[in-house]
Amino acid sequence: MELEKTRADIISTVEFNHTGELLATGDKGGRVVIFQREQESKNQVHRRGEYNVYSTFQSHEPEFDYLKSLEIEEKINKIRWLPQQNAAYFLLSTNDKTVKLWKVSERDKRPEGYNLKDEEGRLRDPATITTLRVPVLRPMDLMVEATPRRVFANAHTYHINSISVNSDYETYMSADDLRINLWNFEITNQSFNIVDIKPANMEELTEVITAAEFHPHHCNSFVYSSSKGTIRLCDMRASALCDRHSKFFEEPEDPSNRSFFSEIISSISDVKFSHSGRYIMTRDYLTVKVWDLNMENRPIETYQVHDYLRSKLCSLYENDCIFDKFECVWNGSDSVIMTGSYNNFFRMFDRNTKRDVTLEASRENSKPRAILKPRKVCVGGKRRKDEISVDSLDFSKKILHTAWHPSENIIAVAATNNLYIFQDKVN
Amino acid sequence: MFARGLKRKSAEDGEDVEGGLAGAQAMPSYSLQRQSLLDMSLVKLQLCHMLVEPNLCRSVLIANTVRQIQEEMAQDGTWRVVAPQAAGRAPLDRLVSTDILCRSVREQEGERPGPDAGDGHTPDLVPGLATVPSAQALRSPQSSLWEVDSSRENRGGFQKSLDQIFETLENKTSGSVEELFADVDSPYYDLDAVLTGMVGSTQSGHGSGLQAFSSATAPPPSSSCRSDLGELDHAVEILVET
Repeated sequence: MELEKTRADIISTVEFNHTGELLATGDKGGRVVIFQREQESKNQVHRRGEYNVYSTFQSHEPEFDYLKSLEIEEKINKIRWLPQQNAAYFLLSTNDKTVKLWKVSERDKRPEGYNLKDEEGRLRDPATITTLRVPVLRPMDLMVEATPRRVFANAHTYHINSISVNSDYETYMSADDLRINLWNFEITNQSFNIVDIKPANMEELTEVITAAEFHPHHCNSFVYSSSKGTIRLCDMRASALCDRHSKFFEEPEDPSNRSFFSEIISSISDVKFSHSGRYIMTRDYLTVKVWDLNMENRPIETYQVHDYLRSKLCSLYENDCIFDKFECVWNGSDSVIMTGSYNNFFRMFDRNTKRDVTLEASRENSKPRAILKPRKVCVGGKRRKDEISVDSLDFSKKILHTAWHPSENIIAVAATNNLYIFQDKVN
Repeated sequence: MFARGLKRKSAEDGEDVEGGLAGAQAMPSYSLQRQSLLDMSLVKLQLCHMLVEPNLCRSVLIANTVRQIQEEMAQDGTWRVVAPQAAGRAPLDRLVSTDILCRSVREQEGERPGPDAGDGHTPDLVPGLATVPSAQALRSPQSSLWEVDSSRENRGGFQKSLDQIFETLENKTSGSVEELFADVDSPYYDLDAVLTGMVGSTQSGHGSGLQAFSSATAPPPSSSCRSDLGELDHAVEILVET
């Protein structure tokens, strides 16, 4: 198990682009792999838009911080796509310290017919050139190139946990444990600090930033979550440094449920705006919560992801699983939410019907075009044939990263070093 | 290093009881389990993945948990240094029954000791309640605890933080856990000190690194060197932030 943890191909982030045509993954080794959906063809109706590898490149390399005598991991923490504005695709990828803007473009033509060089590529003597020949573009095999266009470095003392592209498409933010910076895509040598929760005296540190995201439509608004289970909505128009929030979302603690682990399990690992911009979803260790932006004092919906772990918290604290950071995603219409769990299980909750399902991402269950069977965890008493007992769960198989296609029912699930793509069954 | 899942109780009890799940007959008391959780938390704070900067969120959450436990213990008036282990005991790797600690306050009300109720634990009970061997190192013979205390001026920032935790434990004051973050802007854990300390007193086995805390013999690098690094870091931080 130790070996598995240090494998460079462990997937650390998954993200569809805005059309769903492309799916990007980042891994622990600093690599980005982009999949592209096949065009549907009339001949092959069954091959309904499968995803194939489109481009692979090394985004980040390991670095060494000489001042602190510490390595900077090359692991890709997050990838975020920019909306497409021309033929090329652009994405942001980040490790703990540095954000990079990558351009992914296709080349399927090549200019031919230069007469300035001889057959061996040496420059000809200009005196021998008597005609002006304009090169002609000729087709070539498709080549996909990824080039780093911007490197945004040296702005984060602590580890970057989030990046978010603003709806103005000109700026984006990067958030670390204590600070959030605002960048302009064109400017790499400076950024604006918009949130700073570092206490003057570090001995007083009790809370860190865990995730942040821009509002999908209002380019002045963003939210960030904390390790104490709170969410703050900030308005950049109010002041340059958004240390004072416009809204503060926190659910009052249930005093009867308090234990030494209460704070740890309340720490929010992910926050996501709904596509509509009216709701935010947060993930803490045991639940997913949906909040209405207009109601700060409690969430409007709470979903139990794996409540059977509540009695195991001490063990999960001992083996550090209690610190696992699960992400959560909305479907395109904001009607279904999805998040991962252990044993390669992931969960979906339908907000309208209130039904939920547990599915498993594993090789045994995933022959191509096989239908996923719902799974169930047995919490006590008699275990039925298909159920799995809590004590048999494999806590090394955790699904932290999932993604949902922006408009269709296609999901991507990262299970350690494997990527699973599931689609709605047709017919 | 840490065992996973619930552990069975010591075979010396003559029973094979799964901690906490099936109504164990000799369930350790709440305060013993709380002590065990505190020890585990302190160990977690000290364990650093040597090459990469530790996760600040995790450290903050653990430190807050330690603080909570300390505050509660202060209220209970149950601050005490645990009685020393006899040498030569078998490795203690049993996880304290987890169920009690996971229960809510309401359930625990009937079980928590009063302000000056003794824990009632004798040295015989303690073996069943400690966690990993490294935790045992933290509760090593009282003499080494005092050694840690007395030669404090030679410490680097990391050992200093640990000292303050010990000081907290013995003086029944809360709040020194914050010291843990005092040096976070300089090398997050003073790796030089830790590595030197570990190398100096290392033995085989995974628990050995933490034996360093109980022996005062491993000298850390000079503190002047460390303060230079601290200043440099501070200067860099200013450059980065402007």
